[in-house]
Amino acid sequence: MDDAKLDALGQTIVSALPGAATGHSVAFNQLTVDVEAAKIVEVVKYLRDDPGCRFVNITDVTAVDYPSREKRFDVIYHFLSPTLNTRIRLRVAADETTQVPSLIDEFPGADWFEREAYDLYGVFFVGHPDMRRLLTDYGFEGHPLRKDFPTTGFVEVRYDDQEKRVVYEPVRLNQEFRKFDFLSPWEGADYPVLPGDEKAKQ
Amino acid sequence: MNEQPEQLRNFTINFGPQHPAAHGVLRLVLELDGEIVARVDPHIGLLHRGTEKLIEQKTYLQAIPYFDRLDYVAPMNQEHAFCLAAEKLLGIEVPRRGQLIRVLYCEIGRILSHLLNVTTQAMDVGALTPPLWGFEEREKLMVFYERASGSRMHAAFFRVGGVHQDLPQKLVDDIEAWCDPFLKVVDDLDRLLTANRIFKQRNVDIGVVPLKEAWEWGFSGVMVRGSGAAWDLRKSQPYECYAEMDFDIPIGKNGDCYDRYLIRMEEMRQSVRIMRQCIQKLNAPEGKGPVVVADNKVSPPRRGEMKRSMEALIHHFKLYTEGVRVPAGEVYAAVEAPKGEFGVYLVSDGTNKPYKCKIRAPGFAHLQAMDHICRGHLLADVSAILGSLDIVFGEVDR
Repeated sequence: MDDAKLDALGQTIVSALPGAATGHSVAFNQLTVDVEAAKIVEVVKYLRDDPGCRFVNITDVTAVDYPSREKRFDVIYHFLSPTLNTRIRLRVAADETTQVPSLIDEFPGADWFEREAYDLYGVFFVGHPDMRRLLTDYGFEGHPLRKDFPTTGFVEVRYDDQEKRVVYEPVRLNQEFRKFDFLSPWEGADYPVLPGDEKAKQ
Repeated sequence: MNEQPEQLRNFTINFGPQHPAAHGVLRLVLELDGEIVARVDPHIGLLHRGTEKLIEQKTYLQAIPYFDRLDYVAPMNQEHAFCLAAEKLLGIEVPRRGQLIRVLYCEIGRILSHLLNVTTQAMDVGALTPPLWGFEEREKLMVFYERASGSRMHAAFFRVGGVHQDLPQKLVDDIEAWCDPFLKVVDDLDRLLTANRIFKQRNVDIGVVPLKEAWEWGFSGVMVRGSGAAWDLRKSQPYECYAEMDFDIPIGKNGDCYDRYLIRMEEMRQSVRIMRQCIQKLNAPEGKGPVVVADNKVSPPRRGEMKRSMEALIHHFKLYTEGVRVPAGEVYAAVEAPKGEFGVYLVSDGTNKPYKCKIRAPGFAHLQAMDHICRGHLLADVSAILGSLDIVFGEVDR
């Protein structure tokens, strides 16, 4: 589908669901619709059942973390319509306490995707019958894909020969974690302050 | 003393995490009512390596090798999805020879994956010969991988903007020479399995997925084609030069394990057909030329240039330290990987590292339906169904 058609489809969806779908945009030939967290089920039902949409395939559910925002997470849903041969992306703003309704009754395939988003980001889905951690270790604490979670993690495991079991210990680094910042400061990067900048007159 | 009626309790067994039919590290908690499966609870994450977190710390070039380690049976198909996503954000188009090489190697990857799956699934249901025959061919294909990239599995051959190196003519000729004998091997496998009574008893009408369910469970690839949808991203949303390739999409009618097996067999033949066309186009005069984009802001200059040109040297240095700077935006790119739709949702903030890279693995969506598909089947069918879902834990756990 070309951009004009996608734009028209986005407008149809937004006007059909006032108060639920709040806006749409088309970028890189892909349609994104912003949705109110509480109304996500309504939107998804419309997208699935409306004969002009038929987004019957759930492709993906994930989140993106922007810690500086008031609502730090964007929960991202991808759907595919084999009839229209097009994809749609739904974006829901949420924070740590927002209760995002689960899609599991409409799409059973949302099950693990939501569990994964909960596990890795701590987005809370209500109505999901089995909200356990999925990918991380049994008894893991924290949400590793949040931007404020260190890449090294907090605990490390080893087999203790005396105790004859695997023990968990706080992570110890023999060398500081190496994170190189090669980003050139000269090419339009929005660095806060470069050495010497404070002397320049704005 | 009155006797309590004996309490009947379902029997719970633990399948895996180390089990030859688990195709990796899968732990299934199976609740059995006699020999009937009452509930399946897959525990995954035993191979979780935090790929998505690591990619956020790496430049776009450094992220590519992580994709080989997802579905390590068909490595280049994964790299392809990531490169397509980055290319979409950068707005570049790969030169024709680069596209042809990519398609050629993606089809090799498809055959690698299907060979492994078809033959090991046959082993799960009791046949030992197919893996021995299939792995011989996989070995030859891995040599082709090695001759192109220097590595048998973890190739890291694709680059944003093309592929790393051109193929030598001898290699192209050797791949062409491999095609015909391989079709004979597929025919041999066909004769061994397709009409085999035991194989059919273990697969026909096992793990039936109706099309509606397949869609709403998030299935893709062979899993929806087995249920009757002629849906293949190479045809329906063509990327690279798939639009000009001539090939057929096999579909199933019953959505059972046997149909999925038949589709994979046919897809191998179709892949050979695509490979032949690629080779023909690579040998044609239009197929000669560069394999990566000429823009030195994206792809490094050739070594010869660096000896003479200061600018080439600077570009090389910048690309291997700072890396490519990808314009801000978000994009979802998907390829038809052997196991289904492999997608990459890439969010860039305009720096040299991805802000977020979500990997949408087909096996993840397929495995979550284990409980749904297996209920009511016999314990022995669990391994047959697991085999036909085509699971590789590298991509499920990421």
